[in-house]
Amino acid sequence: MSKLTIPVRKFDAVIVGAGGSGLRAAIQLSEAGLKTAVLSKVFPTRSHTVAAQGGVSASLGNSEEDHWHWHMYDTVKGSDWLGDQDAIEYMCRMAPEVVVELEHFGMPFDRTDEGKIYQRPFGGHMSNFGEKPVRRACAAADRTGHAMLHALYQRNVRANTQFFVEWMALDLIRDDSGQVLGVIALEMETGEVVAFHAKATVFATGGAGRIFYSSTNAFINTGDGLGMAARAGIALEDMEFWQFHPTGVAGAGVLITEGVRGEGGILRNASNERFMERYAPNAKDLASRDVVSRAMVTEINEGRGCGPNKDFVLLDITHLDPATIMKRLPGIREISIQFAGIDPIKAPIPVVPTCHYQMGGVPTNYKGQVVGDDGTPVSGFYAAGEVACASVHGANRLGTNSLLDLLVFGKSSGDSVIDDLKSGAIGLKELPSGYADRTLARLHRLNTQTGGSNVSETRLELQRTMQKHCGVFRFKDMLAEGVAKILDIEKAVARTEIKDKSQVWNTARVEALELDNLIEVAKATMVSAEARKESRGAHVRDDAPDTPANPNGRDDVNWHKHTLWHRDGNRLSYKPVIMKPLSVESIALKTRSY
Amino acid sequence: MEDREKLNRLRWRCTRRAMLEMDLLLGEFLDRVFPSLSPAQADAFVMLADLEDLELWPLINGSRECTDPIQAEVVALLRNVRVK
Repeated sequence: MSKLTIPVRKFDAVIVGAGGSGLRAAIQLSEAGLKTAVLSKVFPTRSHTVAAQGGVSASLGNSEEDHWHWHMYDTVKGSDWLGDQDAIEYMCRMAPEVVVELEHFGMPFDRTDEGKIYQRPFGGHMSNFGEKPVRRACAAADRTGHAMLHALYQRNVRANTQFFVEWMALDLIRDDSGQVLGVIALEMETGEVVAFHAKATVFATGGAGRIFYSSTNAFINTGDGLGMAARAGIALEDMEFWQFHPTGVAGAGVLITEGVRGEGGILRNASNERFMERYAPNAKDLASRDVVSRAMVTEINEGRGCGPNKDFVLLDITHLDPATIMKRLPGIREISIQFAGIDPIKAPIPVVPTCHYQMGGVPTNYKGQVVGDDGTPVSGFYAAGEVACASVHGANRLGTNSLLDLLVFGKSSGDSVIDDLKSGAIGLKELPSGYADRTLARLHRLNTQTGGSNVSETRLELQRTMQKHCGVFRFKDMLAEGVAKILDIEKAVARTEIKDKSQVWNTARVEALELDNLIEVAKATMVSAEARKESRGAHVRDDAPDTPANPNGRDDVNWHKHTLWHRDGNRLSYKPVIMKPLSVESIALKTRSY
Repeated sequence: MEDREKLNRLRWRCTRRAMLEMDLLLGEFLDRVFPSLSPAQADAFVMLADLEDLELWPLINGSRECTDPIQAEVVALLRNVRVK
């Protein structure tokens, strides 16, 4: 096998992924004069960053007094104290700088009458260490992510970044010392497999929300960076933590905004009962996201779900005046008709808790350097955005911190590449012999498999298993069964068969390769979740309930630590949470309540 | 480029988009409606699929109107797609 060779292209830096974090890192590198390649499965402005509509947070204080330290407090609290406080301080301190920079790149932020960036309130954003709400979110109408991508892309065009569009990265290249030397990638238009040999490799591949059956994530989010990292022996951090939204359209996953319940929408079970009255007698359907999601899952698990499989509940607005629906909830009627086949004026909408955001990922420090188990940087390897775990989101992400994460750590990872090149810590090392063997063997296996498993059926089984066994509300026995099931599915993934063997635009092959990545994320998630015997942030277990000794089920004595999942041996290790910020005092553990 | 290759490329561009809504709608349209389009309508669809999601979505949800008559026919068909 090692005699097989593939074409090699040489760069100073290769970035995988052209969403917000990849584009931000690329600006840093290209403007420093480095020969930079950006690989993307799609045209850059079609990245999933577009779907981030809410805004980006920064303590600019344009509308009222604000401070990065207050933003830091909110982020630590949001993370349920699992976030690393050095990275959180860094991100919150850098926020005003990266937002103003983005403005200079041409981002069309909404403005105040005086021409400053307009800031609006957002859930969890507080002044004076949790005292009262503050306006911290900066937005460009409801298209913040879209506008951000355009501003960043134009800046890259100006800086001569080289884009490789409709290319899929397949594997990392590492040598015996563990240094990362680039990636092997597939060009969809030709089917050609090429080595991108680089001094630095930056992963900005986004999340893997497609491991769940019900997901708000676009189809592109298949965790390619996580799969590649895991196969190359990099552990994945805190993969049990996924943020869910209570009301995605059952089956499709398309989000139904919280505003529907705000306008009087009611959740009902199969007996037409307004079940939230039992779980939250005061707030009812307007209780917090996690309370509503858990109630919905309990109803479904106890047999009170709707439909032939009793696997969803109903969101009812039929009692509202149609004129109110049309005026106050524009778009909801069209979404319901197109994605649920239901006119919500006449019938309730089927909904389920739906996966939204991945908190865990490839472990990095606040400089965007990927780190090994002991915190030492992996030479030549960097990551930013949803694929990375810095860890600023810990067990639960604060709203608008996702766009901030990709600006701050996109930039810091680029700066780290430049610093590491200057210091001589990294350079263009020779490719080791046989570096492409494993990738080529994987492709060969896929091309020659007979009597194997069907890709879309196997993916569906993976997604249904994750949803049922490792969803928004988790149960001991279900998790244990889930581990066994996902390991069975792994065997099917290893035997996928495609009928189309052609080279040019073979999308069946690409989908099979995406499934190779999804299975790594699914294993990491299920195994990490089964092992963590507490409730914290987005990881909520039935057998870790709220008690006086462990409020909200959180067990700091045994579980205040980061999970590391290792693909080799499917094993776990743990590392401490960094409680020491860079310049201020530590924010001490306390119960998270709003 | 062969027809199979063209169709696969179109499939990729319809089902790997920025927003889930567009993946679902365009994927469903490609399977169910696209094969029966006239050549002019098929060309119009390819052009629509080349738009960015936040340009295409307002056409589909009716908050913006199409100026080109053939594109308008295709948009009307897209509006009728039901993803189940």
